[in-house]
Amino acid sequence: MTETMDMPQVEMKKPVALEKKPVKKMLIICSKGKLEDVYAALVLANGACMEGIESKLFFTFFGLEAITKKHAEHLHTATVGNPAFMPGMPTMLGGLPGFEAFASYMMKKEMDKLEIPHVTEFIEMIEAAGGEIFACKLAADMFHLKKEDFLPQVKDIITVGDMYALAEGEGTQIIYI
Amino acid sequence: METIVTAVELQTNPEGYLVNYKEWTQEWAREVASTYQLELTSKHWQVLEWLRAKHAEGVALTIRKVGASGITDIKEFYQLFPGGPLKISSKIAGIPKPVSCI
Repeated sequence: MTETMDMPQVEMKKPVALEKKPVKKMLIICSKGKLEDVYAALVLANGACMEGIESKLFFTFFGLEAITKKHAEHLHTATVGNPAFMPGMPTMLGGLPGFEAFASYMMKKEMDKLEIPHVTEFIEMIEAAGGEIFACKLAADMFHLKKEDFLPQVKDIITVGDMYALAEGEGTQIIYI
Repeated sequence: METIVTAVELQTNPEGYLVNYKEWTQEWAREVASTYQLELTSKHWQVLEWLRAKHAEGVALTIRKVGASGITDIKEFYQLFPGGPLKISSKIAGIPKPVSCI
């Protein structure tokens, strides 16, 4: 009996009722340049602003296309290697010349109907809402892109370390697209 | 149904949005604005009146539409109603919670 008395006392913690902790900041990383992926990133970033959540966007690799002056308004949706695109359609048809451009045109038309802004306007909206947009240094170097190649709303070209610094603080969530 | 505790008691939904936008009064709006630490300026009132007019026309409101209203731009709208401009302004304007994703 004395032996057990000497045992260290383990304090039993009572389960604490889970406190609701709001999301305070979103860091959205967009690594893809397909129309739908870029829009996912833009909707999430803008949506965060709309809810009063701080919002940061970091574009890397092919995602950089979305913030270049040259290509931001000319993004395409993938018609090859995208099984959810027109299910049942043979993949080879998706590869026909002009098919991807046509499909992207149709998709943009549908988006216009829903009054979804074009990429450059969307980026302007996010900036006006206080969101911040960054480009990845490594990918920019790789694609030989400089500050002047990017839309004016792109605040800076930063390293991965700088990107993580953007996420600091309690209540931050990171999304990778 | 609940009511926001204000001097002017009007019926709101659990999120605090007015049930009947026609019951709205400026006094009620001022009280709701004060819960967001907002003092309503003439610019605020212009935006609120515009929102109410558009709602009465049956327009589904978005931040983009407010930005194109000619009354304010998106940047100023965010400054006028910080912390979620469309939701907060809609609540103060006595119109339903916006359902837009853009």
